[in-house]
Amino acid sequence: MTHFAIETKDLSRIYKIRGNKKEKQIRKELVALENVNLTVERGELFGLLGPNGAGKTTLIKILTTLLAPTSGWARVAGYDVTQHPNLVRPRINMVSGGESSGYGLLTVRENLWMFSQFYGMPSKEANQRIVELLKMVGLEDRIHTKSSDLSTGLRQKMNIVRGFLTDPEVLFLDEPTLGLDVGAARDVRKLIRTWVDTSPLPSGEGKGEGRRTLLLTTHYMVEAEELCDRVAIINKGRVLACDTPANLKRNLQRDAIFEIETSPLNGLTSQILQDQPEVKKAALTDIEGGARLELILKEEAALASVINILTQKEIKVKRLTKREPTLEDVFMDLVGQKMEEVEKEEAPHAG
Amino acid sequence: MQANPSLALSASQKVTGWRLFLKTIVARAYPRVIGQQREKSWIFFDIFLPMLGVAAYVYVYRAIGAPEEYVGFVVMGGAMTSFWMNVLWSMSSQLYWEKEQGNLALYIIAPNSMMAVLLGMAVGGLFATTLRAAVIIVAGSLMFNVTYAVASFTQLLLVFFLAMTALYGMGMMSASLFLLLSREAWHISNLAQEPIYLVSGFYFPIKSLNFWVAAAASIIPLTLGLDAMRQLIFPSGALLGFLSVKVEIAVLIVLCVLFLTAAKFLLDYMEKLAIREGRLTESRR
Repeated sequence: MTHFAIETKDLSRIYKIRGNKKEKQIRKELVALENVNLTVERGELFGLLGPNGAGKTTLIKILTTLLAPTSGWARVAGYDVTQHPNLVRPRINMVSGGESSGYGLLTVRENLWMFSQFYGMPSKEANQRIVELLKMVGLEDRIHTKSSDLSTGLRQKMNIVRGFLTDPEVLFLDEPTLGLDVGAARDVRKLIRTWVDTSPLPSGEGKGEGRRTLLLTTHYMVEAEELCDRVAIINKGRVLACDTPANLKRNLQRDAIFEIETSPLNGLTSQILQDQPEVKKAALTDIEGGARLELILKEEAALASVINILTQKEIKVKRLTKREPTLEDVFMDLVGQKMEEVEKEEAPHAG
Repeated sequence: MQANPSLALSASQKVTGWRLFLKTIVARAYPRVIGQQREKSWIFFDIFLPMLGVAAYVYVYRAIGAPEEYVGFVVMGGAMTSFWMNVLWSMSSQLYWEKEQGNLALYIIAPNSMMAVLLGMAVGGLFATTLRAAVIIVAGSLMFNVTYAVASFTQLLLVFFLAMTALYGMGMMSASLFLLLSREAWHISNLAQEPIYLVSGFYFPIKSLNFWVAAAASIIPLTLGLDAMRQLIFPSGALLGFLSVKVEIAVLIVLCVLFLTAAKFLLDYMEKLAIREGRLTESRR
C-alpha cells in the first residue's frame, strides 16, 4: 500500500465557458488547475491555502470523483479517481462550508442517519455514533431539532459530524469554517484536530498507515497555520509552494517585515514603494483615518528609504511595528499581493 | 467540546452489494414518507385543489346529461393526477433540486448506487402519493355517490402495479435528463403538466380522442393504466375502453422494461457526462 493518501501528477482542469447569446460560437477557456503535483502522506492534516477562485474547490471536486481532470492523474487512498471511483468512494467523505445538504423537514439525527445508510452502516451503530459525535460538538441537545431550525453554525457542526460519521480514511473539508462566528469556528477546528489525532484506522501498520488523512481548503491564514501539518499555497490554479507552515515562514526570516499605520496616503501606491531596490513587497490597505502599509524588506536598513518617501509625501507615521513572518507574508511574497487584494480582483471569476 | 479517544469506529461492519442497495432505497424513501407527516400543505395542494377540478368536471357532465359512469371516471382521474404531479415535481426535476441543495454531490461520492437513490425517491413518493390518491377516491366517491363493480381484483392490482412501475421508471429516466438542465427543469415540468392531463384522459375516456393521439399518449403509462383500471372497476368501463385490458397490460409491461432500462442507461451516461463537464455541484460552488 502506498504511504500517500493523496497523490496528483500534472493535474489540470480547464473549463469551457459558453459565450452569451451574441457570442454563442465563442467558447472561452478558464484554466482552473494547471499542472498540480501534490503528495499528502497518510495521517497528515494538509491545508490548501489560497484566495477564492484559486482552484481549491476544483481540486477537491476532482479528488472526490465529482469532476474529471482535463489532463494528469490523481490517486486517493491508493486508487486512481478517474479509473476506479468506486474504490475511492467508500474511503472518503466531504464537507463543504455553508452547504445546505440534507432535508430541512428531518431532524439532525434523521439527516445523519440517512447519510450513514448510503455508506452501508448498520442502523444501530450509526445511531450510537451519531449521539457520540453530537456530544463532541456540543449538539446533543439538538438531536431532535429539525435541521431547518438550526443556525448556520449549528448546521455546519452537523455537517462536520456527517463527514466523520462514516469513518472515512480521507476526509475533505472545503472551507469548513466559512461564515461561522469565532466560537463556532474554534469548536470546529478543535474537532478536526482531535479527529486526525485520535482516530486510528482499525488495521494500521507502518509509517502513517492506520491514520486518518484530512485535506482542508481555506482562505483563512490563521486556520491553516493553527491546524495544518503542511500547507500548499495555491493561486490561479497553480501550487506556488508546499511545506510546513514553519518552513514556509522560515524562508522569509532573513527578511524584515514591518507594519506601519499612517495618515491618508496622498497618492502613494505600492508600486512606488516596490520600485525601491531593497523593498521586496509592499501592500497598502485603507483603514479608518489613514492606511496600513505591510512591507517585506530585504534588510532592515531599507526602512529608511520608505520613511523618506512617506516624509516627502507628507504622510505621518502613527505606528510602526516589526513582526515575525506569517503565512499572509508568505503569500504576499509569492504572489506579490495580499490575499484579499487577489480576491477583489478575481471576484467575478471565483468558483 | 471534549476530546474523545473513541472517535474511531471500532469494527465497522458496513454492508455492500445488494444490502447497501436496499439500505439506500429505504434511507432515501424516508424523507418522503416522514416529510408528508410533518408538512401538511399537501392536503391543500394535492387533495383540495384536485378535488375542485374533479367537482368542476362532475358538474359539467351532470349538466349535459352524460352517463353517470363519467363521474366515476373523473374521480379516478383526479386521484391519478396526484401520481403525475408527484412524478413531475418530485422525480423528474428532483435531481436538479438535489444538485442545487448540495445533496447530489454527497450521493455521488457515497459508495451507494445512484439507481438506488432514484428508486428510494420513487418508492417514497409512491407510498406518500398512494395515500393522497386514496383520500381523493374515498372523498370523491362519497361526495358524488360513485359506485364500483370490480371485475377482477388481481388484474386491477396488476395494472396499478405495472402503471406505477412504468410511470416512476419514466420519472427516473427524466430525472437523469433533467440533471443537465438548469432552471429550465422548472419550466419543462410546468409545460408538461396540463397537456398530459388532456391527452392522458384524466377526466374523460381516451377513446374519445383520435386513435393516433390516444396511441401516442399511451407512452405516458398513466394513460393505459387509467384506461385499464376504469375498464376493470366500472360496469360499462369496457365499452368506453381504448384497447382491451390484456393488450394494455402487455403494453404496460413493455413500458416498464423500456423506462427502467433507459433510466439505468441514462443515469450512467449523464453521471459520466456531468463529471466530465463539471455539472454535479450546485451553481454557487
